[in-house]
Amino acid sequence: MSSIHLKNVVKRFGEVEVIPPLDLEINDGEFVVFVGPSGCGKSTLLRVISGLEDATEGTIHIDDQEATSMPPGERGLAMVFQSYALYPHMSVRKNISFPLKMAGMDQNEINSRVNEAAKVLNLSDYIDRKPGQLSGGQRQRVAIGRCIVREPTAFLFDEPLSNLDAALRVNMRLEISELHKNLKTTMIYVTHDQVEAMTMADKIVVLRDGYIEQVGSPLDLYNKPDNKFVAGFIGSPKMNFFSGDVAAQYNADSIGIRPEHMDSSTESGKWSGVVKVAEHLGSDTFLHVVLDDLGAALVRVPGDMPVTTGDRVYATPRTNELHRFDAQGKTIKN
Amino acid sequence: MATTHTQRTAKLMVSPSIILLLAWMIIPLGMTIYFSLLRYNLLSPGTESFTGLDNYKYFLTDPAFFAALSNTLVLVLGVLLITVIGGILLALLLDQPMFGQGIVRILVIAPFFVMPTVSALVWKNMFMNPVNGLFAWLAKLFGAQPFDFLAHAPLFSIILIVAWSWLPFATLILLTSLQSLDKDQMEAADMDGAGMLAKFFYITLPHMSRAITVVILIQTIFLLSIFAEILVTTNGGPGTESTNIAFLVYSLSLLQFDVGGGSAGGIVAVILANIVAIFLVRMVGKNLEA
Repeated sequence: MSSIHLKNVVKRFGEVEVIPPLDLEINDGEFVVFVGPSGCGKSTLLRVISGLEDATEGTIHIDDQEATSMPPGERGLAMVFQSYALYPHMSVRKNISFPLKMAGMDQNEINSRVNEAAKVLNLSDYIDRKPGQLSGGQRQRVAIGRCIVREPTAFLFDEPLSNLDAALRVNMRLEISELHKNLKTTMIYVTHDQVEAMTMADKIVVLRDGYIEQVGSPLDLYNKPDNKFVAGFIGSPKMNFFSGDVAAQYNADSIGIRPEHMDSSTESGKWSGVVKVAEHLGSDTFLHVVLDDLGAALVRVPGDMPVTTGDRVYATPRTNELHRFDAQGKTIKN
Repeated sequence: MATTHTQRTAKLMVSPSIILLLAWMIIPLGMTIYFSLLRYNLLSPGTESFTGLDNYKYFLTDPAFFAALSNTLVLVLGVLLITVIGGILLALLLDQPMFGQGIVRILVIAPFFVMPTVSALVWKNMFMNPVNGLFAWLAKLFGAQPFDFLAHAPLFSIILIVAWSWLPFATLILLTSLQSLDKDQMEAADMDGAGMLAKFFYITLPHMSRAITVVILIQTIFLLSIFAEILVTTNGGPGTESTNIAFLVYSLSLLQFDVGGGSAGGIVAVILANIVAIFLVRMVGKNLEA
């Protein structure tokens, strides 16, 4: 069992409160993603869980065991760093076996575990190379290998894919998801990329300025955001927001509608506007429209709809997929 | 503009400085080799005669030569040992965040700027003097017999003095290397359950190996020719106990006025230094390859 419970955890650097009192439960085997804009405290929170930073207040339980003041090495957690943090003077084999050696494990056991990990991660051909001779993706796998040989209670990932190019990132995303399916170990993953969060997570924790804005499954957050921030942060491209008279029609301070939740037509509709830019992706076309009275908005239309810059289009929001927010930015429940 | 014409002009333009540098090196070396083949004593001027390799024979069979050779090696190794180990420990200390870090670091460098003659005299008269020295006073404070360092442990005393003035150099280079150590690596080692000692031996020390190599190479070059510290403290004595090759060459040519013998010693010293250099580059130089 490897559940992690945070209770009233606070982190201050001097006077600056990076994480205000925060409670969080992470269940056994869950893939939890911390997501938020940069500077929201998600990495700090991960480091507090890992033990690299002390919690200023509050308690952390790992496996129902108080771990608040345990040194990082004793918490049974393994971490993949953004910079990979491989040991440059050691070969891949030595890098991967380092935590086992530190644990004083028998050499035969170390060898068999390292070979097994190398096979799983396709590293067998590079096992005697130094990190400097590997590509970014291979280094990433070595860093993951160093974690899995320990058979930790939970994996911590600190923006592990941000140094990779786009194609490799998609690949590694899939590999990490598969790893989670196979190992069924708890994983905590920090990212600022909401696409990574949506595709990988069992549970997403959206953070802003250290506060947890919402916790839930990816589709929960997409369909039922608690507030305007989550609504705007989750989903790509971003939700359109309107305030003023049009929002008042819906008894709200502001309303939000996703680009994919508007029916569009070239003849008639609720709102009309002029196309400023049309981005043709093939399957879809994204129209940057200046709506009369409402201002700029993004509308997704089918790829075969014949529209170009300067055309007049009409968009009708689907009422049941319209989000309403009050003056504080909270969602008004229907 | 790399045409044949400009290249020839460029070569012509740099030739004066290259010729000057070459002459600067070749003429003294040639003169030394020439003198080393002469029977040439300043006490009997005008009687120089060609003797072939006799000067080398006398120099290499001189019992003082073997003493000087081993003294040179002991001196170099002793100072290297103290400065490298002490430098690593000091660098580790100075890397810790503390109040007044900048001033402390400048203070640490200070001994490096004291001239060898001055530092050796200060050590000789203020620390190691058996009557007035600080060490003698300390010994008497505890009721012990003062120890006459320069008389009874001359080589060790010189090692101490030289190590003191070279310690800042080692500390500084090792400190900069320590500061370039990636923090993430240390944290990864923390996560991997490495303790303080394990982190030092598996992460910090390998990271510093290149800087340690640089310290050893540079210091060896300078330590092979230590002279001032010996001249102002022990004068090579008692007997030949603190004479190194450099001092032996000096005493041959300027105390015994045997220019021929001194020159032969100088050439031998050059050859020895090159042998040491070859060994050093073989042993530690591979650390410098990326």
